[in-house]
Amino acid sequence: MKEKFTVLTSTCVPLNVENVDTDQIIPARFLKSTSREGFGDHLFNDWRFLPSGEPNPDFILNSPVFKGAKVLVAGKNFGCGSSREHAAWAIADYGFRAVISSFFADIHRNNELNNFVLPVTVSPDFLAELFASIEADPTTEVTIDLASQTVTNNATGRAETFAINSYKKECLSEGLDDIDYLIAHKSDIEAFELARN
Amino acid sequence: MGKTLFDKVWDAHVVSAIADGPQQLYIDRHYCHEVTTPQAFEGLRRRGLKVFRPERTVCSPDHNIPTEHQDQPIEDPVSRNQIETLVANAKEFGLTLYGLMNPLNGIIHVMGPENGLTLPGATLVCGDSHTSTHGAFGAVAFGIGTSEVEMVLATQCILQPKPKTMRINVEGELRPGVTAKDIALYIIAKMTTGGATGYFVEYAGSAIRALNMEERMTVCNLSIEMGARGGMIAPDDTTFDYLRGRRFAPQGAEFDKAVEEWRKLASDADAEFDAEVTFDAADIEPRVTFGTNPGMGIGISEPVPDAPSDAAGRESFVKALAYMQFESGKPLLGNKVDYVFLGSCTNGRIEDFRAFASYVKGRKKHPDVTAWLVPGSWSVRRQIEEEGIDKILTEAGFELRQPGCSACLAMNPDKVPAGKLAVSTSNRNFEGRQGPGARTVLAGPLVAAAAAINGVITDPRA
Repeated sequence: MKEKFTVLTSTCVPLNVENVDTDQIIPARFLKSTSREGFGDHLFNDWRFLPSGEPNPDFILNSPVFKGAKVLVAGKNFGCGSSREHAAWAIADYGFRAVISSFFADIHRNNELNNFVLPVTVSPDFLAELFASIEADPTTEVTIDLASQTVTNNATGRAETFAINSYKKECLSEGLDDIDYLIAHKSDIEAFELARN
Repeated sequence: MGKTLFDKVWDAHVVSAIADGPQQLYIDRHYCHEVTTPQAFEGLRRRGLKVFRPERTVCSPDHNIPTEHQDQPIEDPVSRNQIETLVANAKEFGLTLYGLMNPLNGIIHVMGPENGLTLPGATLVCGDSHTSTHGAFGAVAFGIGTSEVEMVLATQCILQPKPKTMRINVEGELRPGVTAKDIALYIIAKMTTGGATGYFVEYAGSAIRALNMEERMTVCNLSIEMGARGGMIAPDDTTFDYLRGRRFAPQGAEFDKAVEEWRKLASDADAEFDAEVTFDAADIEPRVTFGTNPGMGIGISEPVPDAPSDAAGRESFVKALAYMQFESGKPLLGNKVDYVFLGSCTNGRIEDFRAFASYVKGRKKHPDVTAWLVPGSWSVRRQIEEEGIDKILTEAGFELRQPGCSACLAMNPDKVPAGKLAVSTSNRNFEGRQGPGARTVLAGPLVAAAAAINGVITDPRA
């Protein structure tokens, strides 16, 4: 899980839908597992598969041209709804390392970061241009450089910087998580409790 | 400059702040259910950790449990395993658990407040986005992911960027037949489904002050549906009267002492918010949703709006209407209803059953409607029986089920079949939320009651 993030160049899966909620990313009936593994098989399950269980040929993830893409590009307000981390596990387990959107829901954004999937917030213009580039040429690649906090549409050369706080940036580039940090600061927590009483 | 309610509670719980990073926040109360915790406990085992402050965590299975025959083993082996895993984890890590058939069991956002486990001025988290419910008491309460559940179990803290503040005022008097759910659905439609993302909301104004605690919980519960991390209401006499004598609340002189502190939590007169919006209570009528997110809602007498003009928004809107089989320009009134669900952490409290009963009293359920009436907890169910509401419901052709999240997210057998239309008092109308292909219209308990009696979407004031 703790895969370090440095520079990623990849093709993208374009999901040009707004307000993609976590019930679409992973429907509730698949949340009965007690492990973190295997959720990628059900990523976007009810869009990806027909009621018969056959892959839905009209859904973008089933298009062979996007096979192996490590970046998901989605419309604004991606990941709204439930706090289920299973959504981030499904995205990571499927093989995505980054999600690009013009706007992310809070809890899901945190969940992605905690699973070493990088949420990249871009301007609406950048997003629209990227969707257009992919439509014109499905092999369009993006390059995401965490150190310089830049994302580049390699088809047009347009680059943009994206925001991430320096703490989370270090976590992603060093492969550290919040629990590592908190456990290292346990004496502060005990001191806080004492001071409060 | 004065401080907001939110700032007062949040700032009192900051253990440390990381430069250009999140703040380390101490958590007073942690609730666990079966779906979002097994991987967190597994994480503790993998790291060789114990639960740091076991007395601060309370567990109650709710999401994945059947709403009948709870005294018998759960039929679905995968669901059963998830419940048994929570029971085993609580035992292994020394946590309090109110399991199936325990008189205190219920939806965690219902059973916590009714037992005085949720208190003003507290920080409170749970691996569930509707944790915002507890903000009704003046607590900073919000949903978290499973990695964060593990953080709280391991250290009683999480790392969070501090949200911005927004105050939403609802002023004036509500019109007859308008419920707390209608206030919330109205606000969400005005704000849109992502409009409060990045903010922590305080609800204020005379219409909010006039609400009882059950109604305040309904309003705060739905904060996440406009993207807000949480929503809260300043504690006042309504809050204190509700809490006095509750099982785990402070008792006697200690309670009075606590009230003195809680009174200081209200936002200062000169406090500044990053955003502020005001609505007129008189503009709100009973609400229904027509689309596939809770922001896609209208007054019950209004027609479904036209698609927005921007290309991306239009595409999503058209997709939603196609799924729901509704048309722009037409109201929802008169659409045939197949299922009615009364329940969930949004509308599964005693007030909701009283409202539902007030409409169905002396009437009969429509024969083509399947109705699931699911109390939010055993305590709610006992109160329904004590007040004789169960008799009214039975005479009208309804039956009460056992408590749980039920058809809100349909993890258990309470699933709406594909293509069927449900009027639901729950919180989400996402595609497939109540079962693959199910079509959900969100509404308050009165609109749900009118649908159950008439078999079509009906204005309960008519």
